[in-house]
Amino acid sequence: MSWQLRYIRSGIPDLIVVDEQCIRADVLSEAGQVGIPVIATSEKNCLGLTDRTRDPADEIVADIAGGTVAGALILDPDKVGEVAVKTVCLTASQHKKRQVLLAVEAIIEQAKTCTQCKMCRRACPNDLHIPDAMKAAGKGRTGMIAEMYDECIGCGRCEQACPQKIPVHTLIVSAASGQIRSEKFLMRTGRGAIQDLEIRNVGGPIVLGEIPGIVAFVGCSNYPKGGKEVAEMCTEFSQRRYIVCTSGCTAMSIGMYRNGEGKSPYEVSPGEFDAGGIVNVGSCVANAHIAGAAIKIASIFARRNLRGNYEEIADYVYNRVGAVGVAWGAMSQKAAAIASGFWRLGIPVVVGPHGTKYRRMLLGRADRKEDWYVHDRRTGEKVYTGPVPEHLFFAAETKEEAMVMVAKLCMRPNDTSKGRAIKLTHYIDLHKRYFGTTPSDVPLFVRTMSDIPVTMKKEIQEILKKQDWKETVIPDPSMLKSQVRKKEGA
Amino acid sequence: MPLADSWQTAEVGGPKKASVIVKPEVADAMIKRAKRPVLIIGHLAAEIDLDDKKMIDYLLDLAKKGNIPVIATAHTNQYLIKRGYHKAGILPAVETGHRLCDPAWKGIDGKEPYDLAIFAGLPYYMEWTILSGLKHFATHLKTITLDNTYQPNASWSFPNLSVKDWLENLKAIIGNAEG
Repeated sequence: MSWQLRYIRSGIPDLIVVDEQCIRADVLSEAGQVGIPVIATSEKNCLGLTDRTRDPADEIVADIAGGTVAGALILDPDKVGEVAVKTVCLTASQHKKRQVLLAVEAIIEQAKTCTQCKMCRRACPNDLHIPDAMKAAGKGRTGMIAEMYDECIGCGRCEQACPQKIPVHTLIVSAASGQIRSEKFLMRTGRGAIQDLEIRNVGGPIVLGEIPGIVAFVGCSNYPKGGKEVAEMCTEFSQRRYIVCTSGCTAMSIGMYRNGEGKSPYEVSPGEFDAGGIVNVGSCVANAHIAGAAIKIASIFARRNLRGNYEEIADYVYNRVGAVGVAWGAMSQKAAAIASGFWRLGIPVVVGPHGTKYRRMLLGRADRKEDWYVHDRRTGEKVYTGPVPEHLFFAAETKEEAMVMVAKLCMRPNDTSKGRAIKLTHYIDLHKRYFGTTPSDVPLFVRTMSDIPVTMKKEIQEILKKQDWKETVIPDPSMLKSQVRKKEGA
Repeated sequence: MPLADSWQTAEVGGPKKASVIVKPEVADAMIKRAKRPVLIIGHLAAEIDLDDKKMIDYLLDLAKKGNIPVIATAHTNQYLIKRGYHKAGILPAVETGHRLCDPAWKGIDGKEPYDLAIFAGLPYYMEWTILSGLKHFATHLKTITLDNTYQPNASWSFPNLSVKDWLENLKAIIGNAEG
């Protein structure tokens, strides 16, 4: 949502059409300042524009293109399309001549008026070093201010805070104008629901743990250090043969990243809902398709009834489906609501460091053995499973911490030994790469010697020996007593 | 710039605010008085330049000279290992905050509960919220932050300091820890 401001300030759009959610309240005034007309299309978000739904399309086009109105409210989608296209056909050539961004000389002049009060930095959610960049720009070096473009979330709070009324955000966007002009990307189309047939192909390997997990990169773009991080995470898990799903603004950020060969993750990885694929399900509203895939696994493979049966389905997903959501740029309450839609279904969600502001993490205690028992559906006995998954809502400090945590949270009590060994391989490998050591909690995830990854056997056996590890059984797990098949007294 | 206001203006502290460390001896006294302190180092410590070193180098000096156990959050541990320090416990920041709220938690080494948590190098807003949780739910614990930004939710915090003043304070605290 916050990237709207940079898009408007760039002067690139010929016309803006808004729907009903994730819209800046100042979109009309911001667009008006650079001469871009706005069409509102929802009665939930009219922007104070006159309702022209019943007017002839050509009349509305003439008014907008002639500049007599700033925009229009049109509640008929067909008419919106007609008016938008006809208007742009008339105005695009004029817009191309328009100079909205500041020239380098103007950036330098504006930067010279900075008094180094630091209020911009203190207002910035990402604590960007704006005063230092201003100082450099005032001396003619605009490189630092241009570099901030990648990490700026585009909220514009810096401008509101500046006592000198310096248009800080415009300076950032203007300094990065060369980069903005090159921002043309290939995007995988949002494809909608995961079909039952696809679930039948991969549900077995997922439940058995042989596909190490489904990782969904979702949510807003208020990243702590730019969109590159989310693309890097996506690429890493795709290469590790996880099924990767994307949606919303995050799906777009992933498409904006290019590897050394100039290709985006969508060009490198296939689009199938299968190991190694990157599936863009669609807008953030399409997140429901990702949760839906987990529900379908419970329905197709375990014949859980879909209606009025949330408890059993969530129990199934929590214990068997190694899925994790990552909302790396989550900052809004809406993103928290989407996350809760996942974790209440038994799918852990990892958010970025800004997610701590929610103050509602759901953290387990791996050090409390008594917290990690389930019912074995076959025998009715309570069985220790280890802390899998350890957390349901977790804010990671860095991309590196998030990646290690995602690999860990994909483990489930139901994993077969082969599946657990695969998942442990990824967890240990990422931990070694980013934290520099073998994780000290490995013994908690090894149930039998067959769980140990073959390539790490000697090292892990030594760790187990030191920690007085004992073998446990792999249960048919459930947290619900009602799921125990053996009758009491039988 | 007010010295004892939240560094990030969106993070408005409550009525109970951190006492300001006006001179390094204050932090010294807190650390020396603690029976079981812990130093929690975030990843920014490895990114922030202080003089010709990184912030993490000064924090490591403090840990070694004061014999203070270290919890490395995020991927900080790899920077500690590069500096030859292999004793740090690894625990994410939010988990550290969560466990510190439990007065029965015997620490990452399982020995005994901490009575003083020293924070440094976490993103400001993240440290702010974790300290807020500790202020409300860990009344058995004192907290200090050694960053150069005022954290209202700590028990003790530096005010918003220039890098020069911050470095002088850190050096003094480390020097005193040795003595």
